Amino acid sequence: MPDYQLTTSPSLRKRHAKEARFKWYGRIAIGLSLGFLVFMFLAIILRGAGAFSQTKIYLDVQFDEQIIDPTGARNPQDLARANTKPLLTQSLSIIFPDVTQRKDKQRLYKLISSGAVYELADQIQGHPEWIGTSRHIWVTASADVDLYMKGKIDTSLDENLRKLKDRDVVWVDTLKAEGKIKKTFNTAFFTNGDSREPEMAGILGATLGTFFSLLVCFAIAFPLGILTAVYLEEYAKKSWLTNLIEININNLAAVPSIVFGLLGLSIFLGVFHLPRSTPLVGGMVLALMTLPTIIIAARASLRSVPNTIRDAALGLGASKTQTTFHHVVPLAAPGMLTGTILGMAQALGETAPLLMIGMVAFIVDIPGSVTDVATSLPVQIFLWADSPEKGFVERTSAAIIVLLVFLVLMNLLAVFLRKKLERRW
Amino acid sequence: MDSTEVTKKQPVMSTSIMSAKNVDVFYGKKQAIKNVSLEIPENQITALIGPSGCGKSTFLRCFNRMNDTIQTCKVTGDIRFAGQDIYNPKVDVVALRARIGMVFQKANPFPKSIFENVAYGPRIHGLAKSKAELEHMVIASLKSAGLYNEVSDRLHESGTSLSGGQQQRLCIARAIAVQPQVILMDEPCSALDPIATAIVEELMESMKENFTIVIVTHSMQQAARISQKTAFFHLGELVEFGDTKAIFTNPNDQRTQNYISGRIG
Amino acid sequence: MSTLPKPPLDLTLRHARARTQIIEFLIQLVLILCSLVAILTTLGIVLSLAFEAFRFFEKIPIGDFIFGLEWSPQTAIRADQVGSSGAFGVIPLLTGTLLISFIAMAVATPLGLLSAVYLAEYARPKTRAVIKPLLELLAGIPTVVYGFFAALVVAPILRGTGASVGFEISSESALAAGLVMGIMLVPFVSSLSDDAINAVPQALRDASLGMGATHAETVQKVVLPAATPGIVSSLLLAMSRAIGETMIVVMAAGLAAKLSLNPLDAVTTMTVQIVTLLTGDQEFDSAKTLAAFAIALFLFILTLGLNIIALKIVDSYRKKYA
Repeated sequence: MPDYQLTTSPSLRKRHAKEARFKWYGRIAIGLSLGFLVFMFLAIILRGAGAFSQTKIYLDVQFDEQIIDPTGARNPQDLARANTKPLLTQSLSIIFPDVTQRKDKQRLYKLISSGAVYELADQIQGHPEWIGTSRHIWVTASADVDLYMKGKIDTSLDENLRKLKDRDVVWVDTLKAEGKIKKTFNTAFFTNGDSREPEMAGILGATLGTFFSLLVCFAIAFPLGILTAVYLEEYAKKSWLTNLIEININNLAAVPSIVFGLLGLSIFLGVFHLPRSTPLVGGMVLALMTLPTIIIAARASLRSVPNTIRDAALGLGASKTQTTFHHVVPLAAPGMLTGTILGMAQALGETAPLLMIGMVAFIVDIPGSVTDVATSLPVQIFLWADSPEKGFVERTSAAIIVLLVFLVLMNLLAVFLRKKLERRW
Repeated sequence: MDSTEVTKKQPVMSTSIMSAKNVDVFYGKKQAIKNVSLEIPENQITALIGPSGCGKSTFLRCFNRMNDTIQTCKVTGDIRFAGQDIYNPKVDVVALRARIGMVFQKANPFPKSIFENVAYGPRIHGLAKSKAELEHMVIASLKSAGLYNEVSDRLHESGTSLSGGQQQRLCIARAIAVQPQVILMDEPCSALDPIATAIVEELMESMKENFTIVIVTHSMQQAARISQKTAFFHLGELVEFGDTKAIFTNPNDQRTQNYISGRIG
Repeated sequence: MSTLPKPPLDLTLRHARARTQIIEFLIQLVLILCSLVAILTTLGIVLSLAFEAFRFFEKIPIGDFIFGLEWSPQTAIRADQVGSSGAFGVIPLLTGTLLISFIAMAVATPLGLLSAVYLAEYARPKTRAVIKPLLELLAGIPTVVYGFFAALVVAPILRGTGASVGFEISSESALAAGLVMGIMLVPFVSSLSDDAINAVPQALRDASLGMGATHAETVQKVVLPAATPGIVSSLLLAMSRAIGETMIVVMAAGLAAKLSLNPLDAVTTMTVQIVTLLTGDQEFDSAKTLAAFAIALFLFILTLGLNIIALKIVDSYRKKYA
């Protein structure tokens, strides 16, 4: 008797249940991966958001000429090196007159960042007319005070377990009650170089280091990548040489990045004696790393230009080179550019090879050219992540946020260019 | 099965196992099948013919709802199998396709052994209760497909190592193994040489004892050779449907006349 | 209307041709030179690693390096100090690297494969268009970010959970580094597997569905077996990534070499050791710095081997369905 039943039988129900389960495994896998992504972003943003504000203390500073510029010469270099510490301690003593013991005073002065003296000296250099007057200015507070103001220090904890002692808390609360302490936008984070003090540390040095490295990387990798792609796609005939080049490109794309760092260390530094720790060498290493990415993207882009264009140009009597560079390359340019930007984005986040060529030092100065010693944004993140001071945790997260913003911008630019310029044949 | 007496004047009669009524098929906004109605007689071979792009394959794929796999495809109308509306929401397509098997234009054996190819259907549907029974089913199916003698000594070699004609018969054996009532064949011989085609045609002839076959073919000669009923499609419409002999000797419609005499195609 | 000047009918255009020929030749030369940079880079890597490694093997026998079970590259403060040469056995580094990589693969394989299957077989085109780039974002995030996250968030969570159920989990456990690395690798597995699944001919799916198999049965019994070569090569490439990954392990894994296969232990990896050996202030010629090159050579050969096998598999597979 033939079976004509078309509705779901019990055994079929089991099979359908299996199917539903299988589908859910896929959803769960995607959910877990993306959930992790969201969790990571949230954790970093929550930790890093605090770094964009900085606690400052309002002080009435007497710009005593005797202390700042006893000669009265107003020499800018001397002003920048002026001893401003007494000015700050005096001002604090005005607010807390009853702190008289030497030891207590020293604790009191620790409310202010140890970097505040340099900030003040810079301000005096910019405003020599302040000397001899008295002004109210906002001065950067120490990292511990900053953490306390941001609610990141648990004062119910035993005093010995935290850096900010009960007395410090009382002082800060007094300042708070008098409106002499507040959180402001942390411009120093964007205008300072690295520092041992979390409250003084900024990312400008690292960002410029990254910028110069990428500049060098682009200047090398872009022309090299594009010309290699042009050769392989437009000129080269199949031969052992082109075969070798292709195998090389494919394998280079998968070589661990740290190996490129070692290449830079032994060849660029060891053999050519290029300056260590500089964006020049960093950029060269990154260029070799991103080269495969750019070549592969540029080739795909050249391949998408239809042969009719080449035939048309050749048919008009253009030479191979004229055809290629007047017609084919301009048409492939948007794709090449997007590929290059994506390669640069990859180079932007690269850390390991830069460690190998010494871009990992503690560098306070802001680099001004590709041959100045520098670090880079991801390396700065690595360095700060390694610092024991609690204040660096939020700096690290904030630097990551900045890095991710740069990455997103570059990717958006690539997407935009692709949408805007790329032609569909 | 109740057999009807066949008189000389009456056309070949048989119970219909599948029927289509007012079927429309759309791909997005484009209509591929326009208001087609026909009946598929049981244990006979029905051929769907027509010029390429006329919608005959699309129509065939409505019978086991293979069109469901194409997202833009929409089927309306009434298609029945043994009296049940196969587009009824209660119908389980898995059960439907177990009853209505399919053989495709290009032989598509799985990249597995010959044995595993045929055993696949019985396995997923849990048809065999023991290993021995499964083996028996595989061999019986291969025999029904006329392939057993050629492959009996290499059942565990890859199905893709067979010749084109053998691959197609392997696919037929694979379909038979599920023990469906109806087998849909979508131009099963179009990729085969004439000798392999002849073998497959012979096979179909023997299969109709146990199965109802609906075949789409671009070859009018093939339709004439093997089928009892023929449906002629043109631009998504069913132009003419009837006994094969009648269609080929005395078509009612001018378009059918033109097609079989080679003026459309 | 003025008539156009007629061009000379001389087809050879001798002077012009000679000049263009020279230019064409020069341009081709420049292009070839550019292309050679890729070869030079590989050559540079191999030579520099091999050269320094060779110098290392002059000090430490190669057998001690490859088969040595102990890694403690101390530099002696005084030349006559005991154990001044240190121990340079690469085995504990290799086991550490493999342990973390296997943990990472244990995370990335199921997540990547199931995601790929879902995206390729079930997701609607619109869902796919959103999810796929989001997953690929995971591969675009700098690894230093993962390292920071692993060390700062994941490791303490693991430690806390471990403590609450009575497990002692090291704060630099292989588990934390491996888990985070696994997530990073998900898109490496899913993208290539997705390609492999999409390359399986629709005819095979139709055949299976046409026999009344469910979609899941079709995927499990027909599509995935047919896509196996592509999937395997995606796993090999991901594995090679895991072995060569540096920042996550530098920040989240340990420094001390320990011959252990316990994922809760702190282990160190080859890349971690390269970084530690080369970022301190030391003379360039000491056995310690040269050891870094020997490890790197080992690492390079290992990852290159995996890549070549993976590319070979993909290639043969492409030919099969071409």
